[in-house]
Amino acid sequence: MSKEEIFERLNKVFRDVFDDESITVTENTTSSDIEDWDSLEHINLIVAVENEFKIKFNMGEVTTMKNVGEMANIIESRIK
Amino acid sequence: MKELEYPFNSDYIITKKKKIKKELLNTDKKFIEKNIAVLGGSTTNDIIQILELFLLNYGIKPNFYESEYNKYWEDAVFENKKLDEFKPDIIYIHTTNKNIQSYPNIKDTISEVNNKLDTEFERYTIMWNKLFEKYNCTIIQNNFDYPVIRLLGNKDATDIHGKVNFITKLNLKFAEYANASPNFFINDLNYISSQYGLDEWADEFYYYMYKYALTVKAIPTLAFNIANIIKGIYGKNKKAFVLDLDNTLWGGVVGDDGVDNLVIGPETSEGQVYTDFQKYLKSYKEMGILLNINSKNDEENALAGLNHPDGILKKDDFIIIKANWLPKSKNIIDISKELNIGIDSLVFVDDNPAEREIIRMNTTGVGIPELDKSYKYMRIIDHSGYFEGMNLSEEDFKKNEMYKENIERTKLMNTFDNYDEYLRSLEMVGEIKEFAPKYMARIAQLTNKSNQFNLTTKRYTQSEIESIAANQEYITLYGRLVDKFGDNGVVSLIIGHQNGTKLDIDLWLMSCRVLKRDMEFAMMDALVKESLKRGVKEIYGYYYKTAKNNMVKEFYKEQGFTKISEDEENNTIWKLEINNKYKNKNKFIKVEE
Repeated sequence: MSKEEIFERLNKVFRDVFDDESITVTENTTSSDIEDWDSLEHINLIVAVENEFKIKFNMGEVTTMKNVGEMANIIESRIK
Repeated sequence: MKELEYPFNSDYIITKKKKIKKELLNTDKKFIEKNIAVLGGSTTNDIIQILELFLLNYGIKPNFYESEYNKYWEDAVFENKKLDEFKPDIIYIHTTNKNIQSYPNIKDTISEVNNKLDTEFERYTIMWNKLFEKYNCTIIQNNFDYPVIRLLGNKDATDIHGKVNFITKLNLKFAEYANASPNFFINDLNYISSQYGLDEWADEFYYYMYKYALTVKAIPTLAFNIANIIKGIYGKNKKAFVLDLDNTLWGGVVGDDGVDNLVIGPETSEGQVYTDFQKYLKSYKEMGILLNINSKNDEENALAGLNHPDGILKKDDFIIIKANWLPKSKNIIDISKELNIGIDSLVFVDDNPAEREIIRMNTTGVGIPELDKSYKYMRIIDHSGYFEGMNLSEEDFKKNEMYKENIERTKLMNTFDNYDEYLRSLEMVGEIKEFAPKYMARIAQLTNKSNQFNLTTKRYTQSEIESIAANQEYITLYGRLVDKFGDNGVVSLIIGHQNGTKLDIDLWLMSCRVLKRDMEFAMMDALVKESLKRGVKEIYGYYYKTAKNNMVKEFYKEQGFTKISEDEENNTIWKLEINNKYKNKNKFIKVEE
C-alpha cells in the first residue's frame, strides 16, 4: 500500500470519528489541530484505525506517536 | 434505526457514533427525558456515549452524570451536592471483577473466606441502601464477570479459594438482593461477557492503556444490554408477536404441500427445529406475550396447519389469526387496532426478507428480527432484547385469557341493538379504592404502558408510586373491573395532589380494553366523593397533548369541567367546582368500596 493510499484511508477514518468532513490530515497533523481530539477520543481513533487497516498497535506506540505521520509509518511497517 | 438493532456492527457504531447521534436527534419523534447517573469502577466515557445512542433509538433522551474515574463508591456514599442537584431517575453502577478488593488467599480458612465475601458484599449493600434512601430512584448494578486467569485451573470453580468460586457466590448474593428490591436490576455482566467470549471481552490492552474493564469493541454489546433494561423499566418492551406460518412456524408451504407433508415433529432434524421454536413461542405466551398470525394463506389451510398432530401451538393459543391474501402491512396495522396496542409494541416474525421489508417501509417501530437459518430463529429473537423480563404482575399471566374474553364481549355486543342494554348485560362490578400494596407492581406498569387514554402521560417507578401512596397530600385511586366474562384486573388510575381546598389531578389513565364501559364515570364519582370528604372545593384537570392521547382531548369537558386555559401546543387546563349536590354519573357498574 502506498503512503498516499494510507493517508487517503486515514483521512476517511478521521472524518468519521470526529464527524467533520473538513478534516484533511497531513504528516504533521497533531491532536492540537483537531478540536475534539482529546485523550478519550484518542482511543476511539486508535480502534477505528486498527479496524480500517486490520492491524494492532503496541502499547508503547499508542502513547508515543506524536503526529499522523508517525501513525502512518507504523501502519506502513505493519502491513508490509 | 437498523444500525442499532441486533445484530449491530460494533465497529461501525464506534467509528460513526457522532453521525448516528445527529441522525437520531434529527426527527420529530418525541423523547421522554431521563436523568441517568453512571457511577464507574473503571473508565465509562464511551459506555455513556454509546448507551446514549441505544436509548435515543428507544425514544429515551438521557441526561448523564458521570462519576470521577473509579469514584463510584465515594460518589454514592458521601455527601454529593452535584448528584443531589442532578436528581437521578436511574443510577447505573458499572463495576467489574477489577473492583473486587480482596480475594481469598490460598491459606485462608473457611471463615476467613466467608468474612471476605461478607465484607465485599456489604460494601455494595451500604452503597445501594444509601442511594435508595437519598434518591428513591432505580438502580442498575453490574454483577461480576469471571476472571480470565484461573490459578487453580478447573478447581477455581469449586475450591473456596478460587476466584471463580468467590465470584459465583458474590453474584448469588447480588441476585438475592435484587429479588428483594423491586427497583433494583442486575445488568448480567457475567452472562454477556461469556456470551461475547471472555478472552476477547477482557482484552487487557484496554485496561492497561485506558482503564477500560472490557475491550472497547464490546462496549456496544454492554450498552445495548443496559439500554434494554432501561427501556423495560419505562414500559417500552414489546407486547405481542405477529407470526408468519409457512417456513416460520413449520417447514414447507401448507397450501402447496398439504398438512401431512409439513416439516414439524420429532422424526426429522428440521422438524425438531420447528417444534422447539413453537415451544419457545408458547413459553412467551405463558408470560403474557400475545401470539397472532399474519400469513398469506387461505384461512382453511392455515387452520389445518395449526391442527397438525405434532404442532405445539394450536388455534386457541392465538388471539388474532389473519390468514388471507391482503398485504401483510395492512394485516399488521389491523392486528394492532384490534388488540388496541401500539404498532411499536409488535414483533413481526417472518422468514421472507421481502415481507419484512414491506413492514419496515410501511410502519414504524415494529420489531423485525432478521431471521436467518431456522435453527437460529430463537437465538436471533432472544438476542434482540424485545422482552426484557420485568417484574411480572398477575395481570401478565392472565393476559391471553383477558384478550380472549374481550373478543367474546365484542361478539355479545353485536347481538344487542341498544348499547345500554349490552352494558347492563355485562353485569359489571367495580372495585375503586386507594392504592393497595398488592397492586403496586401493576400500578407502576400501567403508568408506563398506557398511552392513549392518559391525560398527562406521567411515568412513575414503583418506588415513586409507593411513596405517593404513603403521602397524605395525595388522593390515589385504582379501579378494577369484573364482568360476567371475567376479571379485567386493575384498569384505571387517578393520582390527585391536594393543596388546601384545591386538588390537582396529576394522573388519570385507563386501559383501552375497558373503553366505553362507564368505568371513567365510576372513577370520577369516586374521586369526587373522596375529594368532598377531604374538604376539596375545586378540582383542576390537566391535558398534556402527546402523539397518542388525542382521544382524551375533550375528556374533562365530558366530565363537566370548564376549560380555563390553553397554550400553543394545545395543552389545556380544566376546572370543576364540587359540592354535596354532585350527582353520580356511572349507571352500569356496581361499585364496591
